[in-house]
Parts: sequence; C-alpha cells; structure tokens
Amino acid sequence: MLNVSIYRYNPEVDDEPYMQDYQVDTQGKDVMVLDVLEKLKAEDPSLTFRRSCREGVCGSDGVNISGKNGLACITPLSEAVKGNKLVIRPLPGLPVIRDLVIDMSQFYAQYEKIQPYMINNSPAPAIERLQSPEERAKLDGLYECILCACCSTACPSFWWNPDKFIGPSGLLQAYRFLADSRDTATEERLAKLDDPFSVFRCHGIMNCVQVCPKGLNPTKAIGHIRSMLIRSAT
Amino acid sequence: MVTTVTSLGRSGLSDWMIQRISAWIMTAYLMFMVGYFIGNPDLTYAQWAELNSGLAMRMFSLATILAIAAHAWIGMWCVLTDYITVRLIGPKATAIRIFFQLGMIAITLLYVVWAIDILWGI
Repeated sequence: MLNVSIYRYNPEVDDEPYMQDYQVDTQGKDVMVLDVLEKLKAEDPSLTFRRSCREGVCGSDGVNISGKNGLACITPLSEAVKGNKLVIRPLPGLPVIRDLVIDMSQFYAQYEKIQPYMINNSPAPAIERLQSPEERAKLDGLYECILCACCSTACPSFWWNPDKFIGPSGLLQAYRFLADSRDTATEERLAKLDDPFSVFRCHGIMNCVQVCPKGLNPTKAIGHIRSMLIRSAT
Repeated sequence: MVTTVTSLGRSGLSDWMIQRISAWIMTAYLMFMVGYFIGNPDLTYAQWAELNSGLAMRMFSLATILAIAAHAWIGMWCVLTDYITVRLIGPKATAIRIFFQLGMIAITLLYVVWAIDILWGI
C-alpha cells in the first residue's frame, strides 16, 4: 500500500490547512500521480483538484509533488514516491481556493501584461504573413508553453513579487513575441520590460528550468530578453 | 511602471549592468591582492604603504570601493524590496522599507567617503 499525504483546506470549514493521510493500493503498477488522485477522489469526493486532458497538454493539474512542481497526469509514481510516501500540495506562492486548487489570477495578470498576441499594424497580406524556416525555428522552445504555472510558482522572485515580476512563464511568452519576425512592436515591448522588477528580478536560479514539465528553458529566454534590452539601450 | 526612486540606476537594465561590471572590478582586485600577498610572503609595512601610495593603486582601490558600494546598494535594494513589502508584512511596510533603504544608502555613502579618506591619507 502506498502512503499518500495530501494538503487539505476548505476555507468554509477549516480554520487552517492540514495534511491528510491516505493509503492507496496501486497493485504495484507505476501509474501516474493523477491516477492516485482520481482513485482517492472516488473514495473521498470532497478532495478537490483541477484536471482535464490527463496527457500533459492542458496544464490544469499542476501540483507540488513530493516537493517538486509538476503535472500530476504525466508524473509517474516511480519519479514521485520517496520511501513509499507520496506528498501532494498545491503549487506554492499563490492563494489556495480549496485543497489543491489555487487562485491563478496573479499569474494570468502577469501573462496579460506582456501582450501575448501578435502586434503588426501593416496591412494583412492576401493569404498569410510568411516566415522563413529559420525565422520559424526561433519560436521552437517558446510556443510550447501550456501556462501550467509550475515554473512561476517554483520561483522565489515570483513568490515575493507576484504583482511586479512577470515570472518565468510570462517572460518565456514575452520572448516568444519578441523573437517573432512577424511582430513589429519589439521596441514597445522592450520599453515595458526595462524596470527593476519585470525582467530583472530574475536572478537566474533556474528552478523554472528544473520543473518545466514540457522541458522548456525560461532562463534562456530571459537571457535573450536581456540581450535585446542591452542592444536596444546601448 | 512607476520609476523607482531608491534603486541605484533607476532602471533594471542599468542596475543589472552596474552589478556585472562591479563584479568584474571586485574580482580583478581580489585576484590582484591574493597574487600580491602570495608573491610577498614577508610583506613589511613600508612595502604595503609604498604600494598603496601610488596613484594607479589608489585609483584601482577607489574603483573597487565604488564597485562594492554600487554592488551592495543594488543587492540590498533587491533584498529590501523582496521581503519588506505590503503584501508580506502589511501597510507599515512602505515606511519601514524607505527607512531601511535610506539608512542603507547613507551607510554606503559614509563608507565610500571614509574609504577615500583612508586611501588618500596613506
């Protein structure tokens, strides 16, 4: 039997959060953490968590699994269980709504700040705005972000200043549009990132890279943004 | 975004660049000093005073002192704006943060003046 400890908090009933222990029979199979949560939910319907696609695409089930942020649906027990114990907590740093469900408003507010859409005021061509294969290749490793918030909620700079520091996820997206040959608002975008918080509160500790379930590298993207700012400002 | 008034360079990029350049200056000074002490195991006060009375060495020491001051200012400003915030400790945070920021700036400037006094007093 696998010992599972889960963060529980229902603000309507509980004065404070607590850890609840369960025992789960996985029949020796290396199932995903989400399978364990689903099994527990079948027994205890009050257990609350987000999930949707169950294949690492929607980014709904980001949780802290035995101390490391990740997607419950694509994290196998063999990676997450330490000493026959699995500990599941909500993603750290954002307010908890209930159990493993966090309020992601602050995360989305930062995403909105970087204007995550193409800006190009020139008349649209008849069919589409073309890119060379080389220009398109610059977006690889950037566009794949699924906004699960595993990276930003693993970042101490985001914990301390979630209202001012854009966070690794937002900055990866910011560079996705800065690097796009079809976007013409590069200077305007850079001008909004020059303050001491938006980009520069990143101290390069690379927690974001360690936890990204899609294998992306926000620290590298932040480095590219810094280089673009230097080129623009010198 | 409101321009910060207590950060050193008033812009993130400026602070970031000062932080990197000051780090290089401090590293160079440290390596020079370590090399000097290794190369002079029987160092006397006369030799030490002679080294530090030359204009080039004074300029190198002054550059390092300014680098330390700038580096500390930026670093401390980051620490204070990380931990002494309204979000973390409530509405009193702004007054407390300004107090510590101005105190940190005053102490840093005092150290710089004191160090210049020592350097040119040798």
